[in-house]
Amino acid sequence: MLFKSTVSALALTALAAGTAAARDNIQIAGSSTVLPYAAIVAEAFGENFDYPTPVVESGGSGAGRKKLCEGVGENTIDIANSSSRIKQSDIDLCAKNGVTEIMEVRIGYDGIVFASDINGPSFAFTPADWHAALAAQVNKDGALAANPNKTWSDVRADLPAQNILAFIPGTKHGTREVFDEKVIIAGCEENGTFDLHLAANGGDKKAAEKACMQLRTDGVSVDIDGDYTETLARIDANKHAIGVFGLSFYQNNTDKLQVATMNGVEPTVETIASGEYPVSRPLYFYVKNAHLDVIPGLQEYIEFFVSDEIAGPDGPLAAYGLVSDPELAKTQEMVKNRVPMGVLN
Amino acid sequence: MTDLTTAGTVPAAAPRKGSLLEQDERTRRRNGAEARFRALGLIAVTIGVLALVGLLTSILMNGVSSFRQTFIEVEVFLDPAKLDKSGNRDVEEISKVTTFGYAPLIDAAMAKLLEEHASSLEGLTTKQVGDLISKEAPAKLRRYVLANPDKIGETVPFRLLANGRIDGFFKGRVTMESAELDRNVSPEQLRLAQKLRDAGVLTVAFNWEFFTAPDASDTRPEAAGLGVAIIGSAYMMQIVLVLSLPIGVAASIYLEEFAPQNRLTDLIEVNISNLAAVPSIVFGILGLAIFINFAGLPQSAPIVGGLVLTLMTLPTIIIATRAALKSVPPSIRDAALGVGASKMQTVFHHVLPLAMPGILTGTIIGLAQALGETAPLLLIGMVAFVREFPAGPPEGFFDPASALPVQVYNWTQRGDPAFVERASGAIIVLLVFLVMMNIVAIVLRRRFERRW
Repeated sequence: MLFKSTVSALALTALAAGTAAARDNIQIAGSSTVLPYAAIVAEAFGENFDYPTPVVESGGSGAGRKKLCEGVGENTIDIANSSSRIKQSDIDLCAKNGVTEIMEVRIGYDGIVFASDINGPSFAFTPADWHAALAAQVNKDGALAANPNKTWSDVRADLPAQNILAFIPGTKHGTREVFDEKVIIAGCEENGTFDLHLAANGGDKKAAEKACMQLRTDGVSVDIDGDYTETLARIDANKHAIGVFGLSFYQNNTDKLQVATMNGVEPTVETIASGEYPVSRPLYFYVKNAHLDVIPGLQEYIEFFVSDEIAGPDGPLAAYGLVSDPELAKTQEMVKNRVPMGVLN
Repeated sequence: MTDLTTAGTVPAAAPRKGSLLEQDERTRRRNGAEARFRALGLIAVTIGVLALVGLLTSILMNGVSSFRQTFIEVEVFLDPAKLDKSGNRDVEEISKVTTFGYAPLIDAAMAKLLEEHASSLEGLTTKQVGDLISKEAPAKLRRYVLANPDKIGETVPFRLLANGRIDGFFKGRVTMESAELDRNVSPEQLRLAQKLRDAGVLTVAFNWEFFTAPDASDTRPEAAGLGVAIIGSAYMMQIVLVLSLPIGVAASIYLEEFAPQNRLTDLIEVNISNLAAVPSIVFGILGLAIFINFAGLPQSAPIVGGLVLTLMTLPTIIIATRAALKSVPPSIRDAALGVGASKMQTVFHHVLPLAMPGILTGTIIGLAQALGETAPLLLIGMVAFVREFPAGPPEGFFDPASALPVQVYNWTQRGDPAFVERASGAIIVLLVFLVMMNIVAIVLRRRFERRW
């Protein structure tokens, strides 16, 4: 009796394993910046189609791309969300594991904003200010010197006389790359420190850029490895601090944060779309083409994601803070024809 | 003799000075040390209690409000011109209308409702008035229409969730001042909501959906629930119980009662203790490598989560079971063997029943530990946005699911402040489950434990 029931239980489990082998839900992983958008689309997809709601994991852009490149098959993911462009090393890994066709889908742009406590003074920054405030070495009367600036007014006289304290994303975040490139290095070139570094490194541009990105280590610049909620909590505790956020996060917390302008431009969906606001980046997801006809609903999901209803300027993604892509029609065409990405330029 | 006389002159012990009631220096020092130790102990206990009280009150203060939710009773006209243009009530055709097509119906219904109860829209557009309602509502309407296509053309009453910010207003999280600065809600909208409340159309009621609804995306915190997470956790606990109890008990009985004492068993014993101290994330890496990459089990599935947590719980159960077996006095075994029972009969008829309360307590505590575990689930894809309910067991073990602690973790990462309340609410639910499990363990121990 006992034996019999054990055997039947085992058989049932085996049966279940058999049915489970045919996965009917879409699996997505990757960037935590793209996660809220992907979740909004997944939810709407599940509501409007007869396919199950896709499962969306976070874990970071790099980790997501690596998972995508693990191979082809039902126990690997179908889509990797990414807040930075795929790297050649990822493509090589993919090719090594048999993932030859990847489709690159740009879903829109994300603005990176600088915000401080709502009751504090307001700021109008330039990238040069940020470099002068946070870099380890700054341009002091035409020579490199250790950063002496204590307050923002030391950096530039018309900024508020408030102690410098910045919460910036940690190095594992895709946001940090954009911050380094579009704010710190851009600022470094603006205030002339770049040329000094260039001279000090014998004309080596790479080394000079690296020297530009060296931030001071005296506690003025704090890396946040968690997410924006942690940055917000830290600002709540240190009212004179300035934090780096995504536009959508700021838009959800406008009652607690005030945003600073950059080069005189306030970050909004419009100024980011037009390119006036300088600190923004494209968001992507990468699709494994080999799964398109295997996983039910995958093609429909991608087309739904980039449709005007969802990713257009009046869609729910734009309402949540995504800056919609002016070239969305091109993307829609590409997705329809399943055009895999070419060689990275 | 001289020896004796000298010995006699030396006093055997220093005579006691003063009375018994007066403490000398040494006694005072000893008493002082004891008093200090007691005070330190008391301080330690106080710090512990204060920390616990602080934690619980902050969670309760933040989280209790998640069990109540704001609803708006509204009559929606299911416009045939929008939902079924051809007019033949064909479900296939009606399902072509997406949730985006249902939103205008709600906007119109809200505008009508407000004209009835608030006489004016305070200068807001129909769309802004419709924003008082959750973004979840169009989906609810669409489900209803697809189930009852014959209702198209009629006006149907619905009880819809209010938007998260409106809900926050009645819970004190959103104020008129903060709404002034908030781009997601305006003071006019709040005033209209207040009027609806005065008219009795808007109510704050107990929110069963918090326990039954699945997770929701960042745009609709008011609709997010723990349904999938509770089912996922329950599935995993079933798997852990079914696998780890028999394996753990069998292993400990063998080690404790049958195994010879030699280097090999010593090594096994040491390693079991070591395993109990291995950080749980290591089991996650193991699970990813063995169950997903090697055995090909699906990602994000409770079966993999259950297997990983089983590995994590086994050492705890083995250690508890062995302790329980050890505490059964040898006289029981000797008596059983003495009347002619075999070794196996002794164990199964006498030792095991007596050790059972201890074994069950250990198992339940192991399960409670597994219930609260997030780290290993991170690596096997269970820390994810999962909205689809898994099927019934056993097939459901292979469907994607979430888990309670994972849901807490996910919600703390969301941008909308309404998720803070939900995360605390989920912590309360998790704590209630843990307390219940611990109470069962205590009751079992109290009722069945034999003292020798």
